[in-house]
Amino acid sequence: MPKRELLLGDEALALGALHAGLSGVFAYPGTPSTEITEYIQGHPLAAERGVHRTWSTNEKTAMEEALGMSFVGKRAMVCMKHVGLNVAADAFVNSAMTGAHGGLVVVVADDPSMHSSQNEQDSRFYGQFALIPVLEPASQQEAYDMARAAFDLSERYRIPVLMRLTTRMAHSRAVVEVAAPRDPNPLSYPEQPRQWVLMPGNSRLRYKALIDDYARLENEAVRSPFNRYTEGSDRRLGIIACGIARNYLMENYPEGCPYPVLEIAQYPLPKESVRRLAAECQELLIIEEGQPLVEQAVRGVLPVPLKIRGRLTGELPRTGELTPDSVRAALGLAPHRAHAASEIVVPRPPALCQGCGHRDMYTALTEVVREFPDGKVFSDIGCYTLGWLAPFHAIDTCVDMGASITMAIGAAHAGQHPAIAVIGDSTFTHSGMTGLLDAVNEGADITVVISDNLTTGMTGGQDSAGTGRLEQICAGIGVDPAHIRVVVPLPKNREEMKQILREEIAYKGVSVIIPRRECIQTAKRHAAAKNK
Amino acid sequence: MKKDIILSGVGGQGILSIATVIGHAALAEGLQLKQAEVHGMSQRGGDVQSHLRISSREIRSDLIPRGGADLIVSLEPMEALRYLPWLAAEGWVVTGTTPVVNIPNYPDEADLKRELQALPHVILLDAEALAREAGSPRSANMALLGATAPLLGIEAGQLEAGIRAIFARKGEAVVEANLAAFRAGYQTAQKQTER
Ligand SMILES: Cc1ncc(C[n+]2csc(CCOP(=O)(O)OP(=O)(O)O)c2C)c(N)n1
Ligand code: SF4
Repeated sequence: MPKRELLLGDEALALGALHAGLSGVFAYPGTPSTEITEYIQGHPLAAERGVHRTWSTNEKTAMEEALGMSFVGKRAMVCMKHVGLNVAADAFVNSAMTGAHGGLVVVVADDPSMHSSQNEQDSRFYGQFALIPVLEPASQQEAYDMARAAFDLSERYRIPVLMRLTTRMAHSRAVVEVAAPRDPNPLSYPEQPRQWVLMPGNSRLRYKALIDDYARLENEAVRSPFNRYTEGSDRRLGIIACGIARNYLMENYPEGCPYPVLEIAQYPLPKESVRRLAAECQELLIIEEGQPLVEQAVRGVLPVPLKIRGRLTGELPRTGELTPDSVRAALGLAPHRAHAASEIVVPRPPALCQGCGHRDMYTALTEVVREFPDGKVFSDIGCYTLGWLAPFHAIDTCVDMGASITMAIGAAHAGQHPAIAVIGDSTFTHSGMTGLLDAVNEGADITVVISDNLTTGMTGGQDSAGTGRLEQICAGIGVDPAHIRVVVPLPKNREEMKQILREEIAYKGVSVIIPRRECIQTAKRHAAAKNK
Repeated sequence: MKKDIILSGVGGQGILSIATVIGHAALAEGLQLKQAEVHGMSQRGGDVQSHLRISSREIRSDLIPRGGADLIVSLEPMEALRYLPWLAAEGWVVTGTTPVVNIPNYPDEADLKRELQALPHVILLDAEALAREAGSPRSANMALLGATAPLLGIEAGQLEAGIRAIFARKGEAVVEANLAAFRAGYQTAQKQTER
């Protein structure tokens, strides 16, 4: 009997990649993608084979490290959340130009409905833009199977492959049947060494070849077993269902869908299959988890002979993740009988843990900022973003990783004082260091607080790239050591912290204050591990 | 057989262990299973919820449709009510009664109780007290699971095997404490469902 395991979508994909002969996973944590790398880190086969599996400093370094591994012929995987692909975009888009040698799979987990993200960008657009094929599983089994299919496609076409997950797929568990593991690749070098040197002359040649390959990849998508076409007896409607929308469709037709259905799980968009469906049916309903990529492509801008319904026409909500209920409504089925919502239930937002060092930092900071008529606090992404909520109301901005320091610089140049940046230790090494170099070079009058909890707290406590070296890093970048101040954020040190903040705000130049105390959650885990 | 269950509570209360035990038992019975979890942001003292689906047939959607849940199993009374629109007309609510008050505008406890008691099928239990009496104050979640057991359509013995498997690496004492809490919950529910 084949082996069966109960796995999260993330874990199923991770195991699929390991069994496909992976030599390295390169990643920076980000919900809902983090568990892919963590699963490989904890898997005995990865240890036995010496698979590379430590965290990278950010998504761009991860992507380039993986590309380097692919260059020498081995299979590499990169994992990130959707906004991470913005950080890795330069490397990602250019990796289509170099192509891959050893199989290269880029896994990106999108977060429609923004359960824990700043936006709901749809990574399929990046695939289309870069001319990179995309695979999107709708079940844990498919996540496992597609991982190997993605490596195979990558090696057949010598192109990176993007695997897109969404939150529900990443964080839902089901039973998966697993196959026998395959060996990793031996070391080897590209057959087309020229295209790895992206000088204009080489790039122009390569770009033409890439465009030709993309057309061949579209034919692959038309024939792909992942893009199923199911006939239906009622041709008044044809349905295109993408990604996990396929599940919500079938949930509403447990005995089978009466309409013809084209399932799309592999891109480029299989245009021939879309045309076949359109020729058969009077209307089309396009259901996709994410932004209306397929709907826009099918609809175009010129009049079409048949009616197309979807997110752009309001039959499905324009934003947010799909649900079995929103799909049900779009299918014109009556809603299930349900209880009314309770009127006394109130929201219960998340908060910083009791005893968290960020709390003590914010208590001191807000008291000092209030001493100025117009203090502004530019913050960043991490647990400490919760400082925006009651009772602190401590921060004014949160945009993208690293933007605290750089936005403070811009505001300071416009005359803002005090211009304070609050950033976490992991976010600082991810994307704050380059901004700090700008601040030093430009002599910006800013006060940077690196709230150091010795971990990447928000995503569950992964190692943080600069732990133990933050002062050295700041001094190396050129911050005057007299203005690098370290303090332990505890209630008993509140006055000391306030005094340091006042002094460094008064200093005309770049100062860095590092309140340092371990995250309560990782500290508990470390204590438990020690007691064993 | 098909059971769609919404598990709910407040971050840190341990609803995922309930899901893990049920999952273990369902697999042992040869059933299909899907379980959508919440990770990340929602865990820091915010509301948490998980959709657990068990069936003898293929399950497609990871999410339970509104009006589709056979059971809402909650460790906290307000969190039980939060998911009422998902409860089937004849569905059951099994909830712990101890409120977690970590927000300033938490509703009046008497109002919560009144709404819960107005539901057609409900089991209310002081899961913390039951766990304490069973000698295992940290096993409120297993007491709640015990109270759910008569409604699950899975043999109680199979669930006990699940508890054994999941807590085995923590030692026999922890296993026994959790089993005691489970049985205490089970008996409470039997009394309430007999009435
Ligand atoms: C580009 C990008 N990558 C990853 C994330 C996910 N993410 C949000 S906060 C965070 C970690 C923050 O760690 P740190 O700065 O140390 O703060 P802490 O949460 O520990 O307080 C991560 C990885 C993101 N939002 N954007
Ligand atoms: S997880 Fe750690 S860093 Fe995040 S709020 Fe809790 S104690 Fe603070």
